[in-house]
Amino acid sequence: MADMHRHEIDEVTCREFVELVTDYWEGALPEDRMELVEEHLVMCDWCKTYLEQMEVTVEALPEAGEREPVPEETERVLLSAFRDWKARR
Amino acid sequence: MSSAAFPIAVSPPTSAHIESRRSAEETRPLSPQELDESQLLTAIRGGDEAAFTELVGRYHGALRRFARIFGATEAVAEEIVQETWLTALQGLDSFEGRSTFKAWLFGIARNHARRRTERERRTVPFSSLAGDGEAEGPVVDSLRFQGPAANWPDHWSAAPRPWEDPERRLASLEAREHLRVAIAELPERQRAVVVLRDVEGLDSEQVCELLEISEGNQRVLLHRGRSGVRAALEGYMDG
Repeated sequence: MADMHRHEIDEVTCREFVELVTDYWEGALPEDRMELVEEHLVMCDWCKTYLEQMEVTVEALPEAGEREPVPEETERVLLSAFRDWKARR
Repeated sequence: MSSAAFPIAVSPPTSAHIESRRSAEETRPLSPQELDESQLLTAIRGGDEAAFTELVGRYHGALRRFARIFGATEAVAEEIVQETWLTALQGLDSFEGRSTFKAWLFGIARNHARRRTERERRTVPFSSLAGDGEAEGPVVDSLRFQGPAANWPDHWSAAPRPWEDPERRLASLEAREHLRVAIAELPERQRAVVVLRDVEGLDSEQVCELLEISEGNQRVLLHRGRSGVRAALEGYMDG
């Protein structure tokens, strides 16, 4: 009975929602599906929290892109190549 | 374009000559560190060595991370970075800015990386790694949702707890380390897409082209990767 009920109601469950976050953000969902996701978000604080966590995670990711020091050898090779390039132009 | 193309001697622009966006009262010439990317490129085309060194420095980490995506070891990654710049120098005058400089540079690095890693360890091309189990299974542990016999089937049973002050906490050095570990532990292809999209900031079209994957495939990998990073941060942020 519970099962029948579930399939008759057109809704996005929490289990489905967590799979759809990126598609939702990238506008890759069909319109009706998009609406169901938005309806779900209005009603479900838990998924709203989940979405916020995904958001701050994505926003924090550029922090992982650190500048790395250029080894002396690389700098030497590239500077010499740069001087050659400059001389040839 | 060679300088001989100019009918009169024009001194090439250097970083010192480039006008800043600052107020006119400030007359101190800008150091290469203060120039934005297009200003740096102009200075480099004018032969400014310091500008070239600065650009190399800005991209060193990104290019090494990119080379590692293709399975390069640390030593090979460094060589790929060098080869990338050598090729980039040859093409610099014809780079027209139709793509971003970063995407252009990564495109060159991709060709070198592929050549190197294929020669050295017979790497399987990135795009043929599909079906390695990376795109299967739920992104959140099944046990965190209610089962079919429960009151609210498929809704949370162990919902995420709100993170307190997440922006400030995620900016800490400690959090950054957790973030790096979380990325490092992602499956290869998810890591590649997350690094290019979210760490390096390329758009989906650029990522698909660099990795030779379809838009849909890219989105699946991105989503699984991001979900994995969130899950890895959850323990730290909840604690």
